[in-house]
Amino acid sequence: MLDSILFYLFAGIAVLSAGLMITRRNSIHSAIFLITTLLATAVIFLQLRAEFLFVAQILLYAGGIMVLFIFVIVMVRLDVAPRKIRFRPQKFVAGLVAAVLGLEVAVILLLADKLPGAGLFIPKIEDAEKLPPNSEELAKGLFSNYLLPFEIVSVLLLVAMVGAVVMAKNKKRTDEP
Amino acid sequence: MTSSSQGLSHFLQTWWVEFVCAAVIIAVVPLVAGYIILLKRKLLTDLLERLGPKQVGLDGLRQLIADSFRLLMKRDIVPRDADMFVFWLAPIVTMAAAVTSLGALYCGPGFRVARDINIGILFVLGVSSLGFLGIILAGWATNKQSVRFSAMRSTAQFITYELAGGLAIVSALLLCGTLKIHAIVEAQAAQHVWFIFLAPAGFFMYLIAAIFGTNRGPFDPPEAEAGPVASSVPEYSGFRWSLYFLGEYANMIVVASIAATLFLGGWLRPFPNVYWLNWLDFLPGPLIVAVGAFCLRRAGKQPSKIQTWSLWTVAVVCFVAAIIVLVPWISAPLRVALPGLNGAFWFLSKISIYLYIFMWLRSTLPCFRFDELLHLGWYILIPLAIVNIFSVAVAMWLESDFGYRWLAMIITNVFILAAAIFLAHLNDKRAAAASSVEPETSDSYAG
Repeated sequence: MLDSILFYLFAGIAVLSAGLMITRRNSIHSAIFLITTLLATAVIFLQLRAEFLFVAQILLYAGGIMVLFIFVIVMVRLDVAPRKIRFRPQKFVAGLVAAVLGLEVAVILLLADKLPGAGLFIPKIEDAEKLPPNSEELAKGLFSNYLLPFEIVSVLLLVAMVGAVVMAKNKKRTDEP
Repeated sequence: MTSSSQGLSHFLQTWWVEFVCAAVIIAVVPLVAGYIILLKRKLLTDLLERLGPKQVGLDGLRQLIADSFRLLMKRDIVPRDADMFVFWLAPIVTMAAAVTSLGALYCGPGFRVARDINIGILFVLGVSSLGFLGIILAGWATNKQSVRFSAMRSTAQFITYELAGGLAIVSALLLCGTLKIHAIVEAQAAQHVWFIFLAPAGFFMYLIAAIFGTNRGPFDPPEAEAGPVASSVPEYSGFRWSLYFLGEYANMIVVASIAATLFLGGWLRPFPNVYWLNWLDFLPGPLIVAVGAFCLRRAGKQPSKIQTWSLWTVAVVCFVAAIIVLVPWISAPLRVALPGLNGAFWFLSKISIYLYIFMWLRSTLPCFRFDELLHLGWYILIPLAIVNIFSVAVAMWLESDFGYRWLAMIITNVFILAAAIFLAHLNDKRAAAASSVEPETSDSYAG
């Protein structure tokens, strides 16, 4: 029972702050609610005994990426921009996309067993104490079975980083003389 | 986890240690942090040969309480253009992050809030890094250009800490092969050595990075420099500002605990495997009694009554603590509590020594300029920390394949030392070149 209470509490927080994130005009407020969403999702990860995902979510997303987001918002003064630029509200297209997505989710949830295929797969609930340590299992997966994809991703990230450095340098060169 | 069938009493029975520890952290850490401030002031005055806070209470012991009343009663000033929601939220974020990250730490084998989570040390790092959102949000909320600048500089400094400190920690994590805080300390007991002796470079790099991260001197341009403004949150006053102050000191406790757990053997006493040193286990009780007796002796000689009383109070607190520590020796059923109490004693002593080193460095070394500081972080600490990870890994491979544990460690540490000297040499050359070509550029942040 405690588990379900905690789950609904944090899921509620996540959904609510995700909604607030979209509707806030002020970009810093949006960023704060995005952080709340990320933290609430992290707690749900912890409930699922995915400790490493939980801490990666806090350390990388809430602690690292969001700090950079806010850094950029503060530096570029993005909060001033929306007052000057009017976005074109494409309500019809957005509504259509949302309706289609909602319909898909509803079909999956309600009719999964009747449609062809295996239906909804609900994994067997294991006792948390008997599970292998989450971070070790993740490391084993990344460095044995999925070594090649992992390395390719790391090369991609390296390329992105080098690209960012090159772009920053180019800009400086044209600015200074 | 508890299921629905278990009642409240069972719930409390299983979780009472956690509740008590959480209450202690929330209630006592601000007080302790406050007294660390007082201690810092005393120590600085001692090292700088001044008098320092001496007037209020016995040797300034009540200074903290006077200061906090002053802060509480100050007028709450909110800048006119401030965004009220973010302005209100920012100090809470800083304080909450610091206190929450303390929750995952072990103070002795029994005293903890979070049950042995698998990723304890990462949790502490991650949550304490959230605290910095508080400072950058404050910089945004006050809506002033200068404050934005200082908040951004603080954030740049903190990101440097996160990277360099995180990489420095990895060397110790490699040696113990786990992220559980309990298991890290047990690994040090099992390997008969504190990790500071196996990976000294990692320890000292974390020390430097921790001073970065907590804005202590000599790396405290957010505080010390007159460039933008003389604090990272200059628009806050009164109670809101004191939350930042306490958060900063709670963060110092956090980094000291991380270092003590990873490198200084956590709650293990010195030489935990040497049997003729077992008498060290008896040390805490008599030591506390000695402090109490000293207070009692000094109590009669105080100039005013209130000082005598306060010394008596300290003495009584010491004797009660000593009874708590000593009773388990006498009564067998309470002996289970003994390792926990001794562990807490050693852990707290290590944290205190670590914090003492912080203050010592602060009063001894000259302050760094902001660009020098970032240069040190990005060009020296981070590459060196990466080299350190590789060399510790090579040492572990040498040890597992050839067995010369100490030889391997010494070779790798010599290697890291050489790398450090090389990097420092490069830095000197760069600095010399910069100052000979353009003397103006290196002074861009001063005054």
